[in-house]
Amino acid sequence: MKVIVCVKQIPDPALPGELDSATNTLKRDGKLILDESDSYGVEMALQLVDAAGGGEVALVSMAPNGEVSGLRTALAMGAAQGVLVSDPGLAGSDALTTAKVLAAAVQRLGGADLVLAGTESSDGYTGTVPEQMAEVLGLPSVTFAKSVAVEGGSLKVNRQTEAGYDEVTCPLPAVVSVTAGVVEPRYPSFKGIMAAKSKPVDTVTAADLGVTATGWDAAGQQITSVTQAPTREAGEVIEDDGEAHVKIVEFLEGLKVI
Amino acid sequence: MTISNIWVFAQANDGAVTTGTLELLTKARSLGGTVSAVIGGDASAVAGTLGEFGASRVYATGDLGGALPGAAIASALVAVIEGGDRPDLIMFPQNYEGRDVMARLSVKLDRTVITPVFGGNTLVATTFSGEGPFLAAFRPKSFAAESAGGGAAEVMAAPVPDLGSTGGATVTAVHVEESTGPKLDEAEVVVSGGRGLGEADKFAMVDDLAKVLKGAAGASRAIVDAGWVPYSMQVGQTGKVVKPNVYIAAGISGATQHMVGMKGSKHIIAINKDAEAPIFGVADLGIVGDVHKVLPKLLEALQGRG
Repeated sequence: MKVIVCVKQIPDPALPGELDSATNTLKRDGKLILDESDSYGVEMALQLVDAAGGGEVALVSMAPNGEVSGLRTALAMGAAQGVLVSDPGLAGSDALTTAKVLAAAVQRLGGADLVLAGTESSDGYTGTVPEQMAEVLGLPSVTFAKSVAVEGGSLKVNRQTEAGYDEVTCPLPAVVSVTAGVVEPRYPSFKGIMAAKSKPVDTVTAADLGVTATGWDAAGQQITSVTQAPTREAGEVIEDDGEAHVKIVEFLEGLKVI
Repeated sequence: MTISNIWVFAQANDGAVTTGTLELLTKARSLGGTVSAVIGGDASAVAGTLGEFGASRVYATGDLGGALPGAAIASALVAVIEGGDRPDLIMFPQNYEGRDVMARLSVKLDRTVITPVFGGNTLVATTFSGEGPFLAAFRPKSFAAESAGGGAAEVMAAPVPDLGSTGGATVTAVHVEESTGPKLDEAEVVVSGGRGLGEADKFAMVDDLAKVLKGAAGASRAIVDAGWVPYSMQVGQTGKVVKPNVYIAAGISGATQHMVGMKGSKHIIAINKDAEAPIFGVADLGIVGDVHKVLPKLLEALQGRG
């Protein structure tokens, strides 16, 4: 079984963003890491290939400056190879262009039985890319999967809903987006980390994939302004001296909630 | 260009039109022009309400036969558009179904999508130009729902065409996770827990406090991702948007992802041991302290009041 996982490499959320004093733009030269929410997809792919008795997990990613450090993490977990799309022309791409690029990268790897993606990235949250990829690839899709199994050549998925979950069956090949927390991502072993250094990453441009970046303007939309949303005023902040709960009770009484 | 033909992606639960749908219809109506609703399923039970809130017609796919909505509804809508009714704007709710249908449609029509990007701390004003249809998703509670007192919407059939290779994803069983007490997005009081609780078992404190206050329990994305509680309890950008009278954040630092879903609450109480946590920037009452000490005492005090 061949599974391709879409992974995003993002600035470390634990580190504060830093402004370049010369240009007043965000410094983008920092190291990127594997988006934590994508590590679940990598883990699920590895488990599915194991359960199928063999096969391969491959990766597709899009990142500036030929950045591979996040990809190396996924390779160290056990993925075999990756395609990295790195192209200055793709900076600021919308979700549709991203989906076209990643779908083309999947095809460059010769397609797959299953394409896995996270439900949304931890820095953008657009959340439409997996379903868009499925349409570009002409495949069925199941979004918001809590669990995924392959039985008799088709997928059995428990899909998160507003009220609970649905059991869904879906033929292969297919695209599935997985919610986080459904599996426990493994930590790369030392051996895995060493092996990852020599695993192949095919770095390509949009043109190599035959994708034209359309961007916002071509799509008929212009961003006219970017402003901070109105903020709330902070209220009273107190240190707990062991009696802070009394303060909360008084606050709730004042609102007649209790 | 003018926006003269607007479609609203409508949803119903047990035959009742969702509040989110009514909010979008109200907004669509205010933009002028013709408003149509589109719905996956049968519309006979909901045409009255959809019309009352401003839809002059409703395109209905009929029973989806268990097919997942994304490819099925998007294909049905493309058939309507190719049949000659070309909308300028299609409005979607930012939820499971809305996102999937909008995503499929964006590829079929080769149009970009406007979603609530960047977690809601930044407003990005966007101008549409050129020819529609434009696709945009809106967070719940972005607009107020008001009846227009109109008559029933005319039901038009929009059958799902053969989906070819994109079809086949089928729901075989539906599981409803029973929850007691008020619904998270309707409760007057919401108590949410985050990573500061330390471990999954401690979420019981949040549940207990919610019960005592006759409210609902919610969660930050961090502990949903960690598998402590189900996704349906997530408050935030991609979870539920809540605007209760009182919101209590316990052990939540206040990542943008979370704040988007709760900063519209009337009153906010935050308990966190890190005095620098961003949550204190929006709290009316902030307690810098350990949730493991404050919550048990608070529970005891409230339970003692009977």
